[in-house]
Amino acid sequence: MRADLDIVAGLVGRDQNVLDLGCGDGTLLETLIERQGCRGLGVERDLDDFHACIDRGVPVTHGDLEQELRRTGTETFDCSVLSLTLQAVRHPDRVLEEMRRVAPRQIVSLPNFGHWRLRTDLALRGRMPVTPMLPYRWYDTPNIHLCTLADFEDLARQAGLEIRARILVDADGRRKSGLTGRAPNLLAKGAVYSLSA
Amino acid sequence: MPEGVGLVKTQRVVVFDRDHPLTLDSGAVIEEVEVAYETYGELNEDRSNAVFICHALSGDAHAAGIHEGDDPNRPGWWDNLIGPGRPLDTDRFFVICANVLGGCKGTTGPSSIDPATGEPYGLRFPLIQVRDLVNVHRALLAKLGIEKLLAAVGGSLGGMQALQWSLDHPGEIGGALIVAASARLSAQNIAFSAVAREAIMRDPDFADGDYYGTGKRPDRGLALARMIGHITYLSEESMREKFGRRIQDAEVPRYGFDVDFQVESYLHYQGQSFVERFDANTYLYLGRVMDYFDPFADPVRTRTQIAGGDTRFLVLSFDSDWRFSTEHAREMAGELRAAGAPVTFREISSPHGHDSFLFPTPDYHQTVAGYMDRLEASV
Repeated sequence: MRADLDIVAGLVGRDQNVLDLGCGDGTLLETLIERQGCRGLGVERDLDDFHACIDRGVPVTHGDLEQELRRTGTETFDCSVLSLTLQAVRHPDRVLEEMRRVAPRQIVSLPNFGHWRLRTDLALRGRMPVTPMLPYRWYDTPNIHLCTLADFEDLARQAGLEIRARILVDADGRRKSGLTGRAPNLLAKGAVYSLSA
Repeated sequence: MPEGVGLVKTQRVVVFDRDHPLTLDSGAVIEEVEVAYETYGELNEDRSNAVFICHALSGDAHAAGIHEGDDPNRPGWWDNLIGPGRPLDTDRFFVICANVLGGCKGTTGPSSIDPATGEPYGLRFPLIQVRDLVNVHRALLAKLGIEKLLAAVGGSLGGMQALQWSLDHPGEIGGALIVAASARLSAQNIAFSAVAREAIMRDPDFADGDYYGTGKRPDRGLALARMIGHITYLSEESMREKFGRRIQDAEVPRYGFDVDFQVESYLHYQGQSFVERFDANTYLYLGRVMDYFDPFADPVRTRTQIAGGDTRFLVLSFDSDWRFSTEHAREMAGELRAAGAPVTFREISSPHGHDSFLFPTPDYHQTVAGYMDRLEASV
């Protein structure tokens, strides 16, 4: 499992009812269901991933996560998860608000566009950065709403969410400690947030 | 497509009799119940590969394969789904399909002889519910020595049976595959159903349901009911594509009140061919079964039922189905999930309206096949 999903799974905890928005092939939910006694539901737009979820025995709705969120009842889950997907949604602000509505806890992971490598790429080369964590070129990227960790934290506060935990990660989604924590917005390649209303 | 299941035969078995009569959910009793059914594939040693097909309003036990003497191009009604290498793979699954209680294709229904009078039941046949249909299926399974199903699969009224079964009998069904169905008919659905019922009951040959043996049948009413039904089964798009405004057997309109447009001719044909193979009273009874279906009436009960079971649900709808639209399917999935059930849901794109569940759309079959593979793997 992707290292950042390990961190997400740790933050979700045991025996939770989890909504995984943009759940991909269902790896996270499978782990949560089989190892952590959780219940859950995935939402996935990609058909290959949707069928991979079926193959793993993970309950999933095929569709657009923003539409599915709107259809989801208030506080029907314990925890809503959005891993490496916020930057790809049409309305990140509304998605955060809806995640808050459907579950009292939210877990969000995202790449940090404020990382120094990206800043220097843009500053020195004058080109949109392409990195292992953000491997697309500007014209074919699904990531239409990139932000820095500082930007995200502002938006979270604006949505009335409190940051309960922030785990900084490297490009592989592994936990970074040490120096990175001194200036996360500059040094972390990404972060996993645990939020609550 | 690989070869299907080949030659098949409908079999019959008495599942309730004078000593062990069927008590309906309403409390009414049917003394003798015979069931017509077909099976495809082999039951495995630990009896864990049984898949039950629940049919829709006008269906029957002949879901796959060919009956001796029949046109090989006209196999059972769900032949594209059932057979070696097909999503309900008869090399791996033991597939059973039975005509429902109240039916007219071999299972006891209003056209059967009431042992109490020696005459056909007609409208003296008691009103039945989805729950009763399920209990007759279960009695058949008991005769076949099957305690647990790998899956129950059905479209439309068939999906309703799979749903009710999984709710009422926790632990009996591994997976419920519910296609183009509803957990609660809308006012519009009931309205269409009412017009169809009126068409039959107002036919002078209906004779309060006692038309058997009179040499007359309410064919005009039943044909009309079927025509109305058929309009709701197709989508506007599929009708436009199939018929447009074309004139039947001519280039220019004949201008008059007889059948002129192709779509009229088609509906007329559907109505006529239906009366040759279907019983008007069965249409009334099964229509009412759907109208009154309301398995989630008591949310507390639903929660208890789901908590007691381990059924996994696959709910599928079709974007062009306006009889049981995707909203019906979403509502059903929502109620099941609210009660704690694991539900996978997908809306599939298909132009064939409500009838889409009968078509071999690759996208649809892929999802069914994937779900069946997973169910098999988790035994």
